[in-house]
Amino acid sequence: MHYDAIIIGAGMSGLAAGIRLAMYDKKVVVLERHYVWGGLNSFYRFKGHQFDVGLHAMTNYAPRGAKGLPLSRLLKQLRIRHDELDLHPQGHSAVSFPGVKLKFSNEFELLRSEVARAFPKQVDGFDALTRAVREFNELDLDAPQQNARPVVRRFITDPVLEDMIFCPLMFYGSAREHDMDWDQFVVMFKSIFLEGFARPQQGVRHVLKLLIDRYRKAGGELRLRAGVARILQDNGRAKGVELDSGETLTADTVLSSAGLVETERLCGSAGWKPALRGKLSFTETISVLDKPARELGIEETIIFFSNRQRFAYEQPAQDVDTSSGVICMPGNFKLPEDPKDHLLRITNIANYDRWAAKARVENDPACEYARSKQRWYEQSCADVLAHIPDFRPHVKLVDMFTPRTIRHYTGHEAGAVYGSPKKLRTGATGIDGLYIIGTDQGFLGIIGAALSGISMANRWVLQQSPEPAA
Amino acid sequence: MTDEQIRQAIIGIISDIAPDEDTGNIDPAVRLREQLDLDSMDFLDIVMELRKRYGVHVPDTDYMQLATLDSCVNYLRDKMAGKALVS
Repeated sequence: MHYDAIIIGAGMSGLAAGIRLAMYDKKVVVLERHYVWGGLNSFYRFKGHQFDVGLHAMTNYAPRGAKGLPLSRLLKQLRIRHDELDLHPQGHSAVSFPGVKLKFSNEFELLRSEVARAFPKQVDGFDALTRAVREFNELDLDAPQQNARPVVRRFITDPVLEDMIFCPLMFYGSAREHDMDWDQFVVMFKSIFLEGFARPQQGVRHVLKLLIDRYRKAGGELRLRAGVARILQDNGRAKGVELDSGETLTADTVLSSAGLVETERLCGSAGWKPALRGKLSFTETISVLDKPARELGIEETIIFFSNRQRFAYEQPAQDVDTSSGVICMPGNFKLPEDPKDHLLRITNIANYDRWAAKARVENDPACEYARSKQRWYEQSCADVLAHIPDFRPHVKLVDMFTPRTIRHYTGHEAGAVYGSPKKLRTGATGIDGLYIIGTDQGFLGIIGAALSGISMANRWVLQQSPEPAA
Repeated sequence: MTDEQIRQAIIGIISDIAPDEDTGNIDPAVRLREQLDLDSMDFLDIVMELRKRYGVHVPDTDYMQLATLDSCVNYLRDKMAGKALVS
């Protein structure tokens, strides 16, 4: 079978790219190894409950009618009306460090006033940083790379405030330890602080259903349980893929959302480049509570916390670093109705290699892997109690996923949620006809991932000619 | 196609691209970008939709001819002659 384009992976970027291509009558297939779509952002049922994976919140929130923002760009490119997304904004969230807490919401003024209150000497610098972020064009794919911390330090001289600004931005998108690329910092600062959080009533499955429906209606083909074993090349040009089943599909263009090192491996590249391997993976605990979190006195939608004065965003030496993390109360979005389950989710940075080495026996709660999960679940819950009231007596049911789970369901090496520290902004791999989309192209978050698929599909397939003059 | 139909064809395309925009009060003499939330990606879509719906090819050197509704009509009058409006 020959296609105009083959897309590897039915996550946000793959589906969005697929919609664009199908909409313009390209013959396109999206190949997904698993029996469910969504990639990093998916969903599952567990003991009769519906859980989301990945998505705490959609970042980049913009109300209907807001101009020139990533969300409105996405809606137009996929021909989706704002109300179809069913977005409900957060109440407020917080960054919580020892002895200091900064609230923020989808109204940027709240964060600014919190900085002025807690760090009065820093507020002019914070304003200047905000201006620098607003003025930077993160869509310029050819801008020179620079580190974010030196730039931020020009404006912010208090290291605690610096870490408090970095903490949410790193947790929600950084594939690098300790620092971020400046352009990624800008993307995340805008998407989290200047735009904000929202969520559909039904969570990520609602967004995925919209994308799948749109894709199928446009005539796109989706194949589940169709893992790609190899990318086929001919004279330095990608010409198709071989599936796990041995079946061969050919195409003019291959768009891969598998990740950078993963795509290299599919090409059979000899060189395993350790520097490109992402080191940041996570555990997430999901606790089902017997009443809404706000009835336990938890007001925030999301809390980014550190129990240490200086926040360390790095692969921990032990299984999990429970001294920092993200606490999400999905029921504290301003939803029209309380979700059926009252969830509290805690995300912590974790060490893939240590989890991968644990002996695991299916359905055996005494195996090393299951015991470690139990132990770290308890530690993770205990270490958030400096930030929220003790919710533990109200927990009815628990699930937890680990870096190993992430590796299994996303195919990302080392369970690296945000992929490789190296991003290919233009998508070009050095192999003609093969382009990277999604996380490792470098647009972040759900909206970012979808825009990545869109812009790469436009640039490398649809856009045969340059942009119209402004 | 009459001038009015060309205008309707363009407005129809814009309404599909930007379903949240109010296309009822577009000033035909003022740049579309100044009235609507349209960026370069959207203009590319207008060009692609013209090709898909009407078989009209707009070379990239002519993209600036699509700046206003009036300039669209002037530019497309010959190219759209004899074609039927797609709703």
